[in-house]
Amino acid sequence: MSDLTKLTLADARDGLRAKQFSATELTQAFLDAIAKANPALNAYVLPTPEHALAQAKASDARLAKGTARPLEGLPLGNKDLFCTNGIRTTACSKILDDFKPPYESTVGQNLWDAGAVMLGKLNCDEFAMGSSNETSCFGPVVNPWRRTRAGRLDNAKLVPGGSSGGSSAAVAANLCLGATATDTGGSIRQPAAVTGTVGIKPTYGRCSRWGVVAFASSLDQAGPIAKTVRDAAIMLRHMASHDSKDSTSVDMPVPDYEAEIKKGVKALRVGIPKEYRVDGMSKEADEYWQKGIAWLKASGATIHDISLPHTKYALPAYYIVAPAECSSNLARYDGVRYGLRVPGRDLIDTYENTRAAGFGREVRRRVMIGTYVLSAGYYDAYYLKAQKVRTLIKRDFDLAWDKVDVVLTPTTPSPAFAQGEKSGDPLAMYLEDIFTVTVNMAGLPGISVPAGLSSEGTPMGLQLIGKPFDEATLFRAGQVIEDAAGRFPVPQMWWA
Amino acid sequence: MAVIDEATVKRVARLARIKITPEEAKGLVGELSGILAWVAQLDEVNTEGVEPMTRVAAMALKKRQDVVTDGEMAEAVTMNAPEKTDHFFVVPKVVE
Repeated sequence: MSDLTKLTLADARDGLRAKQFSATELTQAFLDAIAKANPALNAYVLPTPEHALAQAKASDARLAKGTARPLEGLPLGNKDLFCTNGIRTTACSKILDDFKPPYESTVGQNLWDAGAVMLGKLNCDEFAMGSSNETSCFGPVVNPWRRTRAGRLDNAKLVPGGSSGGSSAAVAANLCLGATATDTGGSIRQPAAVTGTVGIKPTYGRCSRWGVVAFASSLDQAGPIAKTVRDAAIMLRHMASHDSKDSTSVDMPVPDYEAEIKKGVKALRVGIPKEYRVDGMSKEADEYWQKGIAWLKASGATIHDISLPHTKYALPAYYIVAPAECSSNLARYDGVRYGLRVPGRDLIDTYENTRAAGFGREVRRRVMIGTYVLSAGYYDAYYLKAQKVRTLIKRDFDLAWDKVDVVLTPTTPSPAFAQGEKSGDPLAMYLEDIFTVTVNMAGLPGISVPAGLSSEGTPMGLQLIGKPFDEATLFRAGQVIEDAAGRFPVPQMWWA
Repeated sequence: MAVIDEATVKRVARLARIKITPEEAKGLVGELSGILAWVAQLDEVNTEGVEPMTRVAAMALKKRQDVVTDGEMAEAVTMNAPEKTDHFFVVPKVVE
């Protein structure tokens, strides 16, 4: 049998239903691939083979009886930010230690209820704070892509993006059919872009945040990273739901996104925001942006120049809002109720020791910034000001929607960088999210689709931004780009 | 905006309940000052009369009946505690 791990999620689904292979065979193929690749890539922080094979066995029984559910027997990876009932969940932070939640995230439960199989927990930046997966307490994830320099494959380890770097690397390296991920400032779309995968951050409220370890609650959203636009469409439909356990989740029907992708972009109005032409953007990012415009135009879309004047303020405003909310959310890690405890002289000393030992450097830095901007006398100058700027960013988009249906931009200013290249400079790292963060600030949906390869032979992505709750249009336009650009599987499995 | 000095860093670390060494405090002066100087570009934006954003989609906050929906799960609540006795969290003595 050919390598089952190379199938798309849609093809694996069809193969299972046609009884070309069993869910157990499919799952075992992925478990074998993980065992072989993980020492090199570090994508999984906790493979769960027994759990996966038990789920696969149950799926085979249903497939045999003809009672298969929509995702029956399809093996997925689960970012370690999603709580898993009885299975260690750490947010890749030492402070959660050996935490085993007595409950399952709603997004995870939705996937398992639809029949999906969980292969294990995926690496990520600590508490999802990072753009390179270098802040994980389990060590960095290695991008399965390598640069080509002077015609030869370069050995430098590239980052897989972040924070969902385990998710993007696992999908690109065929270590799962698709993966859960989360996006607070770009953590689904940026990793997807630098690994040649598809990632969508849905509208804020589309997926329940219940049971997802909180970073910045007004920005956090779950979504999938997958091999194709179709696969992402299939996954999102089964992740999204209205949930009474999350008061910000919306009570709206979830469309059949897979049925949308074939509808095309005829007469779709595509906006090109001039403010995204920033200093420091690579020539290649611009070239693929122009190609994206040409592809959509050739498929019947119309192109319109638009202005989103507050774009440049999104990133600084984000670096007030996100740390402020994170300092508040992370106050719960006190060494009393769960996770790590480092004893001290008294209770306060115990708190201080525990949090100093449990949080990594970037998390401590953000908690400190957040504590500062929320401290007495500074709330109005920082947090309130940033939330007002956020209103203006959202208003820019509200005005643009009178003229266009979707906005096209690059996903990142440049392709994947090497480990250590930006980790010493927080501001350089923050700039990774310059094109993605506005979408979180405005609460909009955004998808990243592979556009092509850089001169170094590494992937680059295009981002489509949509109206609130109009993920369907993103899938339609994303499919047109995928059809034109092609797919970008990793050329050499150097780790196997 | 305000100046970040070592005393401020120590005060913020105390508020955040994170113990820092004197060397870390010195390093954080530069890091936090750099980030706060960079976010100060927001001062250019005129936000006169602009409401702060509180939600993405215009929807009323959901309500439900004020009734008990779960409970009787002391074991599940305390099962991950680093130190516990009979479903109680054990902490260092706080009252002399």
